[in-house]
Amino acid sequence: MNIAAERPARNGPGWSPGAIPDAVRPDFPILGEQVRGLPLVYFDNAATSQKPRAVIDAVADFYRHDCANVHRAVHTLAERATLAYEAARERVRGFVNAASANEIVFLRGTTESINLLAHGLGRDWQAGDRVVLTAMEHHANIVPWQLLRERTGIEIAVLPVTERGELVLEALPDLLDERTRLVAVTHVSNVLGTINPIAEITRLAHAHGVPVLVDGAQAVPHMRVDVQAMDCDFYCFSGHKMFGPTGIGALYGKADLLAALPPWQGGGEMITRVTFERTRYAAPPQRFEAGTQHAAGAIGLAAAIDYLSTLDMAAAAAHEQALLARATEGMQALGGVRIFGQAPHKAPVISFLVEGVHAHDLGTLLDRKGVAVRTGHHCAMPLMDFYGVPATTRASMAFYNTLDEVDRLIEAIAYAREVLQ
Amino acid sequence: MSDEMEDLYQEVILDHNRRPANFRPMPDANRTIEADNPLCGDRLELFLRVEGDRIEDVSFLGSGCAISVASASMLTEHLKGATVADAEALFAAVHAVLTDEKATVDEERLGNLMALSGVRRYPMRVKCATLSWHALKAALASRRPDPVTTE
Ligand SMILES: Cc1ncc(COP(=O)(O)O)c(C=O)c1O
Repeated sequence: MNIAAERPARNGPGWSPGAIPDAVRPDFPILGEQVRGLPLVYFDNAATSQKPRAVIDAVADFYRHDCANVHRAVHTLAERATLAYEAARERVRGFVNAASANEIVFLRGTTESINLLAHGLGRDWQAGDRVVLTAMEHHANIVPWQLLRERTGIEIAVLPVTERGELVLEALPDLLDERTRLVAVTHVSNVLGTINPIAEITRLAHAHGVPVLVDGAQAVPHMRVDVQAMDCDFYCFSGHKMFGPTGIGALYGKADLLAALPPWQGGGEMITRVTFERTRYAAPPQRFEAGTQHAAGAIGLAAAIDYLSTLDMAAAAAHEQALLARATEGMQALGGVRIFGQAPHKAPVISFLVEGVHAHDLGTLLDRKGVAVRTGHHCAMPLMDFYGVPATTRASMAFYNTLDEVDRLIEAIAYAREVLQ
Repeated sequence: MSDEMEDLYQEVILDHNRRPANFRPMPDANRTIEADNPLCGDRLELFLRVEGDRIEDVSFLGSGCAISVASASMLTEHLKGATVADAEALFAAVHAVLTDEKATVDEERLGNLMALSGVRRYPMRVKCATLSWHALKAALASRRPDPVTTE
């Protein structure tokens, strides 16, 4: 499956940020949809992103031409499926710049990755051991640690955020001592858009011998990630937020740390030898991939990575920043709009409240104008509590969005306010 | 506003949202229940003073979207002074009009509550409208009801 071949490369010189949407929108069939009689404006990318034809086709082609269970037989289709699956692992390795493909585990996504780590790392933690989270974590990086706390009595410490939505890094060293077993932090906040200084965090944590887990779910759609440069110990993300399929994601772990982890689920493919007396487990990554794997998903994820590699990511990021700036200015010009998250380094995510308009009503009224946003607590209830609000509306953008779409969002907000005030 | 939106955000609803009725604490309540809709962060508290089989007083507090606030506000107007049996019957009627396209509705009895019927076309919003009604039902069923959630 050669995905990028027919299209001109778009990562060469001359790709100005402003030219990106026109160039890429034809690749995303869903962007041509109408919603309530209007062209769809999709600003719920942080919940899930849309898929380019290359990804849709890669998944369909697998089922049409190559479908077989991976690692299980010697017939031709099994060989094709297995090779494609392992090639996808190599693609993910390159995508995050891991040292070896054996450091990449295919899992269902970020949530499953963190649960695996809480289960595996927590196996020999004891009451009084500490995991450090931050106040801006998604529930996926809170609840697994609480489940572990119920089982073992570990302590959960929370690194605070400032009103502007940045981590209070100065408070980190005080939380690091011989009882601290892990720092688990999000790379990019799904509510505030804040991009956290991971390299700085790993430096501080490693100075105390503490490993760092990074939730990369919101980072991978927007920036090049280099796990070696950041020197994080674990990094996880979900395919569906980076233009790939749902139900597939990856966990990166440093080889020696993965090797020290116990299995996650038991079953086929994660063993080397089974007798009723004793079972020997496979080495990573197979140790953590029990049962029939989501081969179509992994292949679709690789197609998404290939697709992204045809883009100039720096130009895409510059375009996203232009979208963010236009949305921020537009909301400020409306007046009566409170924006949560004012960090100088932000992904194109903007959470806000309109005075006198409940987020949920706003969501419905924006939908009436064809504009899709997320409303609610964004799976970050502790962060909502910090700001003292029950819910916000969030517009999250991707490189395929246009400045005109941002203007339609701003107009739709003005319309909603008119209706409700 | 488009016709479709008028359906959902009728003037009655907007008015109740701007100036909800019986939006106050009730120090002598003998039934209190919290209700929340985690999907959108609506959080309401319903207070009732039930004497014998009569609802002597009903009020609510909290924050929510226009639909949930208006629904709670209308609930309190309808049920002040009603019997428990009336309240249960009204719950059933409201529930039917909100969730069942084919339900036969007693429009006269529902009165301004008919304004809520527009949510039927917004499946994601039905829970907003039913939130306070589920709270009512739980409060009538038990003296110490568990908090209600509609997700
Ligand atoms: C920051 C963050 N972490 C974790 C998750 C969970 O990802 P998933 O639901 O794909 O496992 C999400 C998205 O829902 C997220 O935004």
